[in-house]
Amino acid sequence: MIATSYAVPSVLIFITAALLILVGAVGVISVKNPVHAALSLIMTLFGVAIAFVAQSADFLAAVQIIVYAGAIVVLFLFVIMFLGVDRRDHVSVEPLVGQRPLAAVGVLLTVGGLITLMARSHWVSGAMSVSNDGHPLSSGQGNVRELGTAVFTTYIFAFEATAALLIIAVVGAVLLARRERATGPEEVSS
Amino acid sequence: MNVPAAWYLVLAALLFGVGAFGLLTRRSALIMFMCIELMLNAVNLTFVTFSRTLSDISGQATVFFVMVVAAAEVTVGLGIVVAVFRRRSSTSVDELSEMKG
Repeated sequence: MIATSYAVPSVLIFITAALLILVGAVGVISVKNPVHAALSLIMTLFGVAIAFVAQSADFLAAVQIIVYAGAIVVLFLFVIMFLGVDRRDHVSVEPLVGQRPLAAVGVLLTVGGLITLMARSHWVSGAMSVSNDGHPLSSGQGNVRELGTAVFTTYIFAFEATAALLIIAVVGAVLLARRERATGPEEVSS
Repeated sequence: MNVPAAWYLVLAALLFGVGAFGLLTRRSALIMFMCIELMLNAVNLTFVTFSRTLSDISGQATVFFVMVVAAAEVTVGLGIVVAVFRRRSSTSVDELSEMKG
């Protein structure tokens, strides 16, 4: 039924992406070892990148792989390696009474409300372009060119602000993770 | 014909739910950061889906900025985790309870 109404390749791509995303996400929240959780996170990020490619967001898919899987997860793995695997966080132990059922009820309410809103409203209407004068998205220029034009014209101030944000983040991380030299008391502790 | 946008939106909602459940139930600060990444990715997927549906590049530009902010957040957050681990030799958030009234 599904394969007759939609093109088979796009359905297969969607199923692949959905399996990668959901299996990886469940792996992140259920495994004990943080290293395995980080590897499951890579699986989810890869699935999201496949979904990006399927929706013609090519540049974002590349950035997803390079920045998330290449930098952020490697940073997670570095910190896990640096701290050692914390064995005290057992999945089976529940310290707060009723924490998991309450969390499950809240999450189910949220997700159910989201899906109900999407199903009962007309947000997914297939309408064209709210801000782009009705031009279709892929007008033969390529995704990278369009995104670059948008970022460097409409969003130029936000782009400049991200530069300052990244500098602040780097300085803050170095300051936080710096090991103080254990000398006299005149050393200012961070 | 391409897969309808609603499928991707439901997938993103499920991913957000899984991430939120992990954030609420796990106690290791590292795993909680990973769950925040899952939730950010769910929102990114929603933005890209609406960008395709509405033929508007602004959604993809927003995803670009979300990725930058996520990278900065992870950098500072893991720095804080390392700094806390130096004093506590633990990353469990249950043991950080000095400010409890």
